[in-house]
Amino acid sequence: MDFSALNPVSLMVSLMIAATPILLAAIGELVVEKSGVLNLGVEGMMIIGAIAGFAISVETGNPWVGMLAAMVAGAVLALIFGFMTQYLMSNQVATGLALTLFGLGMAALLGQSYGGMKPPRTPRLDIPVLSDLPVVGPILFSHDVMIYMSIALVAGVWYFLNRTRGGLVLRAVGENHDAAHSLGYNVVMIRLAAIAFGGACAGLGGAYLSLVRVPQWTEGMTAGAGWIALAIVVFASWKPWRLILGAYLFGGVTILQLNLQAMGIGISAAYLSMTPYLITIIVMVIISADRRRASMNAPASLGRNFHASH
Amino acid sequence: MLRLEPRRQPSKTMRWLTPILAVAITMVMGGVLFAAMGQNPFAAIKIIFLDPFFHETFGPYSRSQLLVKAGPLILIATGLSIGFRAGVWNIGAEGQFVMGAIAGGAVGLALYPADGIWVLPLMTIAGALGGMAWAMIPAFLKIKFNTNEILVSLMLVYVAYNFLAAMVTGPLKSPDGFGFPESRSFTAVDSTSLPMVYEPLGMHAGVLVAIGVVIAAYVMMERHLLGFQIRLTGESPRAARFAGVNPALIVAVTLGISGALAGMAGLFEVTGPAGKLTTNFPVGYGFTAIIVAFLGRLNPIGIVLAGLLMALTYIGGELAQLSLGIPAAAINVFQGMMLFFLLAVDVFVNYRLVWKKEVK
Repeated sequence: MDFSALNPVSLMVSLMIAATPILLAAIGELVVEKSGVLNLGVEGMMIIGAIAGFAISVETGNPWVGMLAAMVAGAVLALIFGFMTQYLMSNQVATGLALTLFGLGMAALLGQSYGGMKPPRTPRLDIPVLSDLPVVGPILFSHDVMIYMSIALVAGVWYFLNRTRGGLVLRAVGENHDAAHSLGYNVVMIRLAAIAFGGACAGLGGAYLSLVRVPQWTEGMTAGAGWIALAIVVFASWKPWRLILGAYLFGGVTILQLNLQAMGIGISAAYLSMTPYLITIIVMVIISADRRRASMNAPASLGRNFHASH
Repeated sequence: MLRLEPRRQPSKTMRWLTPILAVAITMVMGGVLFAAMGQNPFAAIKIIFLDPFFHETFGPYSRSQLLVKAGPLILIATGLSIGFRAGVWNIGAEGQFVMGAIAGGAVGLALYPADGIWVLPLMTIAGALGGMAWAMIPAFLKIKFNTNEILVSLMLVYVAYNFLAAMVTGPLKSPDGFGFPESRSFTAVDSTSLPMVYEPLGMHAGVLVAIGVVIAAYVMMERHLLGFQIRLTGESPRAARFAGVNPALIVAVTLGISGALAGMAGLFEVTGPAGKLTTNFPVGYGFTAIIVAFLGRLNPIGIVLAGLLMALTYIGGELAQLSLGIPAAAINVFQGMMLFFLLAVDVFVNYRLVWKKEVK
């Protein structure tokens, strides 16, 4: 076996690329769950974002327009979920599943004619001078814009949730919607805003997958990425910074197994492909095993519907 | 101003009316979708819902597919509904379906070319155990570590897909298959081939099992203490605990049953319609069954009707693909819509629309 083929620097770079779609989707879902809503439709919103981003980028030749379209598509799909759970009081688990099943079908339908195409290239942002540094340069200062954006988004969400009044209100709605309602906050509107934000993030994550990571459109290309994003929110105990840890851990496992497959180490590729999913299960077990801590961190109103009685 | 007012009691009429309403809305919105794709919506809807029964040339074949497709959906959905009623969300039936097919198939292949009527029952038991074992992973993790069963069961679907790929390229690969990634044919040997009971409707032995399971599930849920405990756990977990219901037992039983039924459905699929283990024998029944379970109101009899309807959309979808060139994915959209609209109109079960003056 020859491990010298594994270059740690390029591994680190591809790890970040593999982790970013999941990080984007997870940070959106974190905000949604902090507002007390469990949207299991992440997978569906991601794949709709993947095809919307891809199709619009191909048609306009501009990846940024594509990513914007992906965010809009994700948010629109999320708002269907929002309307049903917030106004029609439908079960959040079932509605989220419906969103995923519908999204997967819709994306396959929309993507009929886009198979095998190449999307326009997403420009990279090489920070002058710094990106020329050895080792540190490629890892920290020579990525496409979206990787920096995803980190900035995590920082932004952390700041919003923990340092602003709006964030405090959002968390209050997630912890106790009745109390927030009696204080005069519009629970439904706040939740709808969070749901739309979550959808836009998931859509963007999907577009990153089809425009940068792969980059191509294939049916069912998210392959559970949306579900892994949901698992990573649990892993992070609803703390924004820990999402980065979770997503990069997942990205690391994915890239490592892909490289091992390419090297042909004598283990069937199919077994190696299982590892990201198995690792996800293992980290979820480790986090949830500590019952007291797990229940302390989860928003208290998570998954419960709210209906104002007056 | 129009607003929703909670009903004192959930409306029984609405409980049965909303699925019908949802199907009707789906037909209308599906028509809009087909029109947007440049098709004649009326022709498309007619092809999907009526031609499988009445078309002169395709009718006989379509009718023979009805139970072939409804069988696994009903079997899986019946199992899922038991869990859903307890608030246990097994959404990884697709993985249990695959693992059941592998476990049962492996037994059949190990005995190859044994003769005897005991081979298929043995394979069926192995299939049920395989699916059950796969479902017991999320059950065990939930009971022992409080891990979310939704995410674990779903992750295990992808693990099962990869395991299937490893099996058909490795230990279970047919030695006479010219290197193709597939197992020996089960239907080529009588002892491992699922017998057909009534050809014109596609009723194979698996469908008979499904009917038996539906009846057993009905009796268990409505007439047996365990069924009562399952329903109580779903409606009020706290009350169930006070009544002495062991929540761990309910998780294990509901996941175990749904896994076993999905595994059995998988085994019936590879010994019947699919004929052998290949990487693409799972066509998503495990996920579609979730829609069937909800559309059938988590009630065994409702599930039979919903399963037949969903099978019809599969078959009609294939016809529409053939005659109008409507892509297969359109049918998945159609099925997804049905669940959406059902959940949306379900609001009328617990709420009613009232006209109220704004009170300030």
